[in-house]
Amino acid sequence: MTLHELTIAEAGERLRAREVSSSDLLEAALDRASRTEAQLHAYLTIDREGAREAARKADADLADGIDHGPLHGVPVALKDNMCTRGVETTASSQILAGYIPPYDATVTRKLKEAGAVIVGKTNLDEFAMGSSTENSAYGTSYNPWDIGRVPGGSSGGSAAAVAIGSAFAALGSDTGGSIRQPASLTGVVGMKPTYGTVSRYGLIAFASSLDQIGPLSRSVQDAALMLEAIWGHDPLDATSYSGSYPNPSAALDDGVSGLKVGVVKELAGEGYEPAVETAVSAMVDKLSDAGAAVVEVSLPTFDIALSAYYLIAPAEASANLARFDGVRYGHRGEGATTEKLMARTRAEGFGPEVTRRVLLGTYALSAGYYDAFYGQAQKVRSAIQEDFSRAYGSVDVLVSPTSPTVAFEAGARVDDPLAMYLSDICTIPSNLAGHPAISIPIGLDEQILPIGFQVMAPALGETVMFQVAATVESLAGFTERPVLEELAS
Amino acid sequence: MTWESVIGIEVHIELSTSSKMFCGCAVEFGAEPNTNICPVCLGLPGALPVPNRKAIEWIMAIGLALNCEVSERSVFHRKNYFYADLPKGYQISQFDIPVCHDGYLDVTVDGETRRIEIERAHMEEDTGKSTHVGDGGRIHAAESTLLDFNRSGVPLVEVVSRPDIRSAAEARAYAQDLRAVVAELGASDVRLEEGSVRFDANVSIRPEGAEGLGTKVEVKNMNSFRSLERAVEYEIERQISVVEAGGELTQETRHWDEEAGVTHSMRIKEGSSDYRYFTEPDLAPMVMSASWVDEVRVGLPELPAERKARYSNEGLDSDLAGVLSSSPVEVRDIFEAATAAGADHRRAANWLVGEVTAWLRRTETDPAKLPLGGEQLAELVEIVDEGVVSSSAAKVVLEGVLQGEGSPREVAEARDLVQISDMSAIEEIVAKVLADNPEAVDSYAAGEEKVVGFLVGQVMTASRGKADPKLVSELLRKKLSS
Repeated sequence: MTLHELTIAEAGERLRAREVSSSDLLEAALDRASRTEAQLHAYLTIDREGAREAARKADADLADGIDHGPLHGVPVALKDNMCTRGVETTASSQILAGYIPPYDATVTRKLKEAGAVIVGKTNLDEFAMGSSTENSAYGTSYNPWDIGRVPGGSSGGSAAAVAIGSAFAALGSDTGGSIRQPASLTGVVGMKPTYGTVSRYGLIAFASSLDQIGPLSRSVQDAALMLEAIWGHDPLDATSYSGSYPNPSAALDDGVSGLKVGVVKELAGEGYEPAVETAVSAMVDKLSDAGAAVVEVSLPTFDIALSAYYLIAPAEASANLARFDGVRYGHRGEGATTEKLMARTRAEGFGPEVTRRVLLGTYALSAGYYDAFYGQAQKVRSAIQEDFSRAYGSVDVLVSPTSPTVAFEAGARVDDPLAMYLSDICTIPSNLAGHPAISIPIGLDEQILPIGFQVMAPALGETVMFQVAATVESLAGFTERPVLEELAS
Repeated sequence: MTWESVIGIEVHIELSTSSKMFCGCAVEFGAEPNTNICPVCLGLPGALPVPNRKAIEWIMAIGLALNCEVSERSVFHRKNYFYADLPKGYQISQFDIPVCHDGYLDVTVDGETRRIEIERAHMEEDTGKSTHVGDGGRIHAAESTLLDFNRSGVPLVEVVSRPDIRSAAEARAYAQDLRAVVAELGASDVRLEEGSVRFDANVSIRPEGAEGLGTKVEVKNMNSFRSLERAVEYEIERQISVVEAGGELTQETRHWDEEAGVTHSMRIKEGSSDYRYFTEPDLAPMVMSASWVDEVRVGLPELPAERKARYSNEGLDSDLAGVLSSSPVEVRDIFEAATAAGADHRRAANWLVGEVTAWLRRTETDPAKLPLGGEQLAELVEIVDEGVVSSSAAKVVLEGVLQGEGSPREVAEARDLVQISDMSAIEEIVAKVLADNPEAVDSYAAGEEKVVGFLVGQVMTASRGKADPKLVSELLRKKLSS
């Protein structure tokens, strides 16, 4: 196995055995990037210099007997909506072209403290609004399994980089499925933690009550290692959880015997590709064979989750994006008055999908419409939480497809926002409830495109969720890697 | 027709916490522009607010001092609007569940006390400061605007009264008393000229005895109590004349022009703006537990109204109690110490609000540096009581004490102001004066009693003012009648 295909756990073993250095791992990732970026465009910024220095430091530390833990010396990528001090951070928007943050996001700081080497910043849908990474102001990313197809989104760049090996793992952000859906479409593991467990400080906000940072990786164990490095109470985030945390790595080998697994009735049927449904059913059967008690569970409110989401998320976004006015930083449009300057800045700086959502959100919050739209959506949100609570009264985890379809062709849904929004139908409920959920690759369809399996758990249920996810991973035995016609570097 | 004015006042109070409402930046007036700033108060991408616990305690204290209820649970909202000095494009404020609600303040004007109800006191953050450069600083004609974000995120408490105020004088009294309460708590610098306390008045008129409310006009830009009173007075008169001339009032915001003494329409349709309030998702609801509220309540100092009542109970008349109650804390502390040392309350208070306050003003001395102790004041009262010095000499003694010459007794000695209380010494002088003024003695014998006054004067002159005039008078009458 070549270096760039190693998991974090495997790379860590070789590092500590002095078989490879962090610099070797980094050069393998950078080489992989230079051979694949022209086709994939996973990265917006590759910080070769910064990463090489960090790798040298990691090697020097290890030589001195200083070991920062499982991520020590491991090259990882960050979605470009997480602030990195001194390194351009744009959220894939023209409005932040050239913006260099003066501070590190808490996750950036934690990764650095864990000894990780930050390779660069990955592409996303502008301000994380989208499901295909086609809404980036800096160009589309493509799927390493088929470069005519999208990698999903909004964390499509992170997913593509992890799938192709230009990073050993990456961070994404998940507001309605933006980690799990691209993970599913690119055949990697993607995980959204319980709301409040990973600090949002330094994450450029899309919808504050839904946004959560999480890992994309090549194994369930790697996802646990990444999560354990980035989460924890942060005094800089007032919504940060301050109680005791689960132990994701604790039960990875414990199997599912005796656990109750609920299959969500509403996340199947019309709109779901047969290959996806077949693969998911087969995995459910394997879980049952492995000793889990499988039952079908109905969560009727899931049918209206998407509508509620598309009122709450744009409403919060309309306020979160108000700060981009051209006055203090980023792009500035010309205008004779302050109002005109702001209006021009925003008209020029935001792409069509962002504009659509800001307008939608502004409308939903307006006097006379608030109760009918935003107020009603909040009620649906409470109903979904109650539905989940009822379900978790009788099962330990819920399972479903991660995405109703495999990766779709680039351009296929760009002119049909509603079709695009349906990509997140399986992932949105967990965001509305603030619960953790993970996508694990379980196989390929006949077009050789990956299929993802979603495991959902109640708030702070990461331990059991990882336990089931690790079992799914081993039952699936999915070891395929995308084959890309590599370009000479 | 007789018109009744209906006035409500919104007061914005900048808290004097050491750090801002949602970040660790210093709160400091007059710092170099844009030096107390960080990603949070600049609204940089990704920055998040974290509430300042001390600020929450201050608003609870202000609310409790204004007889408000403290909500068990209170929520922050985003108030959305675009402005260059509003870095996030929204202000974190409160909407339907403020920290404090339903209080009151009793206000006295011309001896009449009325209760002004307080609707709410809520917590919010201040904006940055715009300075318009060119063409006299007016926004529409300015060439450029300078932005200073030092003020951005400074904690602000907004106290909103119900429309219970009925006159400009009452508006002023309400504002002054509210400021005094906040000053007493130490929650703010309360400097009007620096904008740490700002007033807006909502003014309307209605026919005397009517129930409904007239068209409301918001008046802004008053930076002193006097200008608040003048602006409200002007606005009431303006509204009456518009309506009496058959005109109609428009709901609007008007700007008080201090120099011209008039209000101008701001020509901004503020009533039409939709702030699209919604719950601030970056902040969890605040929970004010009963024990936390009690902790704050127990820590409240004595408030001006309570203090005035106590002084009255201690024997001061209403005016004296009022004046002393609003005197600087250093002056009041001397009062407490002097009375504790046994001084008569009324006399000690009279010295303080009279001679001592006059001296502070004359010498432009900071009350904090007042060189007078309670023991000294008690001693001053005592030596007048004992007849050691005369009342007029006592003023000179005080002057000496304030100049650091020593205790009252020491000053009286050193300045040779001690009254002669030795009877034989006085008798000697009296005998000499009577011998020197035989005409006066004859006049007295002829029934002219008022000549005694002349003789007392002679004795006092001869004793260089040190004889006790009462004793002298008694002794003279005795001698003359014998």
